[in-house]
Amino acid sequence: MSTSSRRPHRLVAFAAVSALATSLLAGCSSDDDSGSEGGDGKVTLNVGTFGVLGLKQAGLYAEYEKSHPNIKIKENVIERNDAYYPKLLTQLQSGAGVNDVAAIEVSNITEVVQTQGAKFEDLSKAEGVDKATYLDWKWKQATTEDGKTVGLGVDIGPTALCYRKDLFKKAGLPTDREELAKEWAGDWDKYVALGEKYMKKAPGETKFVDSASSVYNAVFAGAKERYYDKGGKEIYEDSKGRKDAWDAAMKVAKGDMSSKLKQFDPTWDQGFANAKFATVACPAWMAGYIQEKTGPEGKGQWDMAKAPTDGNWGGTFLGVPSAGKHKKEATELAVWLTQPEQLAKVFAKQASFPSTPSAYDTLKPSPATKAYFNDAPITQIFADIAKNTPAAVYGLKDAQIGQSITDIGVLQVEQQGKSPAEGWEAAQKEIKDVLGQ
Amino acid sequence: MSETAEYAETASPGEGDAAPAASGSRKGSPTSSWRSRLYRWDIKASPYVFVAPFFLFFGAFGLFPLLYTGWASLHRLELTNLDDSTWLGLENYTNLLQSDYFWNALGNTFTIGIISTVPQLAVALGIAHLLNYKLRGSTLWRVAMLAPYATSVASASLVFTLLFAWDGGMVNWVIGSVGIDPVNWRESSWGSQFAVSSIVIWRWTGYNALIYLAAMQAVPHDLYESASLDGASRWQQFRHVTIPMLRPTILFTVVVSTIGATQLFGEPLLFGGTAGSKGGADHQFQTLGLYLYDQGWINGHLGRASAVAWLMLVILLLIAAVNLLIARRLRKAQ
Repeated sequence: MSTSSRRPHRLVAFAAVSALATSLLAGCSSDDDSGSEGGDGKVTLNVGTFGVLGLKQAGLYAEYEKSHPNIKIKENVIERNDAYYPKLLTQLQSGAGVNDVAAIEVSNITEVVQTQGAKFEDLSKAEGVDKATYLDWKWKQATTEDGKTVGLGVDIGPTALCYRKDLFKKAGLPTDREELAKEWAGDWDKYVALGEKYMKKAPGETKFVDSASSVYNAVFAGAKERYYDKGGKEIYEDSKGRKDAWDAAMKVAKGDMSSKLKQFDPTWDQGFANAKFATVACPAWMAGYIQEKTGPEGKGQWDMAKAPTDGNWGGTFLGVPSAGKHKKEATELAVWLTQPEQLAKVFAKQASFPSTPSAYDTLKPSPATKAYFNDAPITQIFADIAKNTPAAVYGLKDAQIGQSITDIGVLQVEQQGKSPAEGWEAAQKEIKDVLGQ
Repeated sequence: MSETAEYAETASPGEGDAAPAASGSRKGSPTSSWRSRLYRWDIKASPYVFVAPFFLFFGAFGLFPLLYTGWASLHRLELTNLDDSTWLGLENYTNLLQSDYFWNALGNTFTIGIISTVPQLAVALGIAHLLNYKLRGSTLWRVAMLAPYATSVASASLVFTLLFAWDGGMVNWVIGSVGIDPVNWRESSWGSQFAVSSIVIWRWTGYNALIYLAAMQAVPHDLYESASLDGASRWQQFRHVTIPMLRPTILFTVVVSTIGATQLFGEPLLFGGTAGSKGGADHQFQTLGLYLYDQGWINGHLGRASAVAWLMLVILLLIAAVNLLIARRLRKAQ
């Protein structure tokens, strides 16, 4: 009976193949589980962030793990928001692989609120959340029309100007932060005029600013009118805020006052290290960046003054996607992380500015940060700006429109030598493409 | 059923002992007939089971995405709302064909493809020829050839971005030392394409060289011997022996490199830095791959991105057809 002697082999082979196939298939799905449930019965919470949010750096995760022995926190960082955000959207849409807690950048918040609201937990009703502790406008930005809050405010971006005292001195400009703030107060043209003065006696091959886009963003941060009106209609063509910012950026680009470095590029980082430019727009979250990239040589050389107008550039929210496996634990974590005490710790470490005004009186930057910025009263500067920041209306595609203007329009003028009119035309064309018109 | 049973019987003689067992079982006890039916089923089904994993995976990760992309390309589909799609018909395609950005990306893909593939393969052939000589430490050289290929796109692109930085980059420093004005590599149209190509060339030349080397070593040695007896120089040997013998391999590398060039994505994206998917301020090095990514994942227009993907597929099929024609011509010419 040769048949019976052959069959077992086949059956064994069959079993082996099917076992292999199932284990392969299982291998695809087991990814999700391994992350969230350790062998020791601990719950692992994944926190998705972009850039340096500062929560980890301030030791908050470690502190939370200590007080909650059953929780393990894993931060999944993606360097840039333009790579992080599409991934967040895909995860929300598919419901697979979502982080338990997800950071949301302010320029995306309107789109998230309006299109992804249903996919987030309502944090306004979560235990321990008190609406009154958060800045009113920050709270509203993350709340849907029917009152559902999809994200709690982490940091905001009150925008000052950071400048290199040593370079200012060599160029024969005033170096006192009060004096400077007064000199350019209220008008970015005065800032540009100072730049012209700087360029006449610029030490070495330095320039007045890092990039024209930096100026665009700084001016735009204080705009009352942005790219959308309250009804959600695009007004970027005639928006006063946009025009002012564009004009200032054009003056800087055409006046050859910029190092022509693209922000967040490796060469920009080198520009910090090599002291190639004298000023940079300085939202609170930038302070940590400057320290890190300029390194020890910059200590005491950088200083900080109030910008011509008060504005907000950037900021983050923490949301809890409903598709997460541990919504309860994740909500508790998100609430805890955004409490004033915690955000004060992040400020001390990273100078990211809290969206909880009740913390402002207690804020103390770390001695190192303070010394780095020549003992500037960082807390007071940022708190003043935060108080005066106009309530800005954000729209669906704020991030992409902003990127089209800075990375296409401004860059064409600054680096390709095109005229401002050509640059603006290119930016408009790009925006139309972005909006799918 | 009877048809399949017959088929099994007629097919089984090839299997040797299967035929007697199958015919014997019909007269035998119910258990043995059940066993033989199981056995016949086993014979017929097992091969399918063995090949099933490939087809399952292909269906899940190859065919389904392809068809879904096709479906999506005919709809207005936004990344922010995948549950809601509107039928558009061919509108995405007509929009694309009217879009300057699309044609620009197509042109860039073509020019970058040419200036990266042609030198790459030519240099690879030369290197392979050199490595084919008896060399001291030949293994070391061969490993060195493969090292760039083993580097990740990310790190290679980062290094090249710094080399090509317009201010303080090494390339500008070198050309500056011979008196040439610094070039803004990223923002000039040819400069950026050249820089992106150089990353591609650097990464893939060694890889192709090793493929050529492998093919060269399969060339019978007596051909060279007789050629040198006939007084052919090394260069003549290379032209008249090596190249003709390598023709199929060269064709293979051309096809593979062309496909790679059409899908070029990582190098220009990372070279572009922030907002890299735009491919520079004037889209001067935005390839089709980048345009697809920009449409789908930055702007969130998945329908439109799907249409780009399908047009890319069509372009690849056209290229494959042209390659096939050339290959046939060459074979006839031989």
